[in-house]
Amino acid sequence: MLRIIAVRVVLGLLTLLGVSILIFAATEILPGDVCTAIQGQGATPDTLRVCRIELGLDRPSYVRYTEWFFNALHGDFGLSLTNKRDILKSISPKFVNTLFLAGYAALIAVPLAVGLGILAAINEGKWIDKVANIVSLAAISVPEFFIGYLFILFLAVRNHWFPSLSTVFSDMSFGERVYVTALPAVTLTLLVTAHMLRMTRSSVLAIMSQPYIEMAFLKGLARARVIMVHALPNAAAPIITVIALNLAYLVVGVVVIERVFTYPGVGAFMIDGVSKRDLPVVQAGGLVFAGAFVLLNTVADVLGVLVNPRLRRAKTGT
Amino acid sequence: MAKAILKITNLRVESINGTVLVENTSLELKPGEVLGLIGESGAGKSTIGLASMFYARAGCRITGGTIEIDGQSIGDLSADGRRDLRGKRIAYIAQSAAASFNPAHTILDQVCEMPVIHGLMTRAEAKAWALELFKALDLPKPETFGNRYPHEVSGGQLQRAMTAMAMSCKPAILVFDEPTTALDVTTQIEVLVLIKKLIRDFNTAALYITHDLAVVAQVADRIMVLRHGKMMELGDAKQILTAPTTEYARALVTERAASDKLSVAVAPAKRQPLLDVQNAMGVYHKFVAVNNVSISVAQGETVAVVGESGSGKSSLARLIIGLLPRKAGTVTFGGRELSPALKQRSKDDLRRIQFIYQQPDVALNPRQTIGNVIGRPIEFYFGTPRAEVKQRVAKLLTQVGLPEDYAKRLTTALSGGQKQRICIARALAAEPDLIICDEPTSALDQLVAEDILKLLKKLQDDLGVSYLFITHDLGIVRRIAHRTAVMLRGQIVAEGTTPQIFAPPYHPYTERLISSVPEMRVDWLDEVLARRRRAQV
Repeated sequence: MLRIIAVRVVLGLLTLLGVSILIFAATEILPGDVCTAIQGQGATPDTLRVCRIELGLDRPSYVRYTEWFFNALHGDFGLSLTNKRDILKSISPKFVNTLFLAGYAALIAVPLAVGLGILAAINEGKWIDKVANIVSLAAISVPEFFIGYLFILFLAVRNHWFPSLSTVFSDMSFGERVYVTALPAVTLTLLVTAHMLRMTRSSVLAIMSQPYIEMAFLKGLARARVIMVHALPNAAAPIITVIALNLAYLVVGVVVIERVFTYPGVGAFMIDGVSKRDLPVVQAGGLVFAGAFVLLNTVADVLGVLVNPRLRRAKTGT
Repeated sequence: MAKAILKITNLRVESINGTVLVENTSLELKPGEVLGLIGESGAGKSTIGLASMFYARAGCRITGGTIEIDGQSIGDLSADGRRDLRGKRIAYIAQSAAASFNPAHTILDQVCEMPVIHGLMTRAEAKAWALELFKALDLPKPETFGNRYPHEVSGGQLQRAMTAMAMSCKPAILVFDEPTTALDVTTQIEVLVLIKKLIRDFNTAALYITHDLAVVAQVADRIMVLRHGKMMELGDAKQILTAPTTEYARALVTERAASDKLSVAVAPAKRQPLLDVQNAMGVYHKFVAVNNVSISVAQGETVAVVGESGSGKSSLARLIIGLLPRKAGTVTFGGRELSPALKQRSKDDLRRIQFIYQQPDVALNPRQTIGNVIGRPIEFYFGTPRAEVKQRVAKLLTQVGLPEDYAKRLTTALSGGQKQRICIARALAAEPDLIICDEPTSALDQLVAEDILKLLKKLQDDLGVSYLFITHDLGIVRRIAHRTAVMLRGQIVAEGTTPQIFAPPYHPYTERLISSVPEMRVDWLDEVLARRRRAQV
């Protein structure tokens, strides 16, 4: 078992390495570099050459990549070009904000999706199944910014129940934060629920046709017990994978929502970086997102091994 | 006379699209009595077994008749009332224990679940009772056996564990649905003995469903013969075996008892080996599946390889065709040595050895027409033009006893026996010298299997093709094989002409195999046990 898990972790690290190369290469092929960005209109070939030598940009790209990657591993993402501040220091509070919002949405979405998915599976074809499917599909089909603006219009502007801006500050209490970020969290919930719900439903249904489920019914067990005790543990692996993908999406894919609600997360930070051509910031943001994505999926893989007795009790060496 | 504990009257089960699965079937079961339900696939045996618990599979409904347990009609009960009976008064034992145990829980958890949920025992009592059952069923290390997961024990042990699970509430009725069909003969006899002992010790009534008359004869007091969802005959076990009154029952009995030889032994002196395997060794990840095996097949000869599952029969076949890498030894075919790896063999080498699989369902591409399935090897090996391929396919179809116009159909519309005929035609299309048959009849019903064997024999007479026939069924071996090799743990332990193998002096393992095959006598099982007990003393 340890071996299987070790393999997953190593694969995750390799993925991260590959992604870091991609990020670096992508910023490398963009027209212009840091020096043209700093000097803007006033650049002459001479000043550019001096600047590049100063920043070490004249060295071959693989040397700069290695340096960048190893520094990043130590938490050193370099300095922002626009305000000369340490990127790590400016990105970490934003990352905490992003995690807060993602965690908030996940706490609502995951139990909701899995619960409704199971309910839909138990009542396959009945009204609750149909309603759950239609509502979740409708929610995923409408663009997220549209839902966001609808919420702002009805719940913030017309009724003043919630604030329309979700800007959080470091001196806010936990309760205040929860209140202020309720709208973006609910918007995100609507976004990710459908996928998890449908996966839960179909995994549970697929397991329900197995002979050991028939056996469980013939043992005289109640339907609820058959599903919770006999079907769910076997349906867990695909559900966990989809949950992880959606959690990763909550961390990575919230850029638009952060904009709509002017929420100070990594996404908004990265967009600023792009518009200002602050390449080190963009690279750092990309790397943080990739890291979160790979981490969540690796955790899902490991959990998938742990819930399967065949893999959990596998003899090492085979 | 005791009152019936289970009484089914005029049962009717339909599928949702209106097909009648079971109709007009009635039966009664008294306490401690065992009723055998016998018939081919599609006879409605399992449907009746499940209906006795008022359970119908997805897509089926019980549409008529009454089912009474202890004089109480289950159909009139609420869902909770039915659930209360299931497991507690009447328990089910399925064919495949591997599929019927939940892979996510330990065996003990699953065995103890029923009495606890039904409120009969505390968890501790249930555990103690499970331990007693494990002991009674001869399971290894009963104290720790239950802590294992289903995939960690053997098929025979799992089948016994399922019996323990069914007994956990001490039900009055057990429904056995082909409990030994998936097991090897030597394991089957062990499980059969324990089932019989359990039924007797606890005075449990049972419905025993199987397609094997000889098996049911060992445990049943009475036998009901079913066909197409209707009862054909019901009688005393002995009477059904010795003097069946309906024609269908008679056909089943004669076929099961058949021992007429389909082949005559080839004179050994003239044997010119076509396939010659010498000291072959094949390894799957460090596990030696084929160990120092030598075997040869002559032109026009049938050589059977028998053994239990896991004995290396199929691995030997895979080694010969090059799918299992050969680590040592030689394989000579038609005087030329074959390369160990499939990829390095010439097209002609590939053509001359063809394969027929156990499960024709899986061996045929469901998206291809039969014409394509059979035509493809003709084009591939001979580069024959389209028009000729068509004629050749038509001829092959006739040869295997199917109408020529089948060429346009998809394989999915055919029955199991017809599909196996298509597989045979596909093998013949390559005009091979040797066909390796890997359990070609074990997925088929008795009477259908008999026709396939006759077809294979006829093709051998007409075309002179050789067979390497892999099977676990000694009855088939006796009837079709000129020579026989017995495999055990990757090695050949006995080899010779079939009459030699089946006559004393036997190799001890061969004797064990032979004596484990159920015979068509009601007291066969008791006799074998008595004989084995004497041998031990």
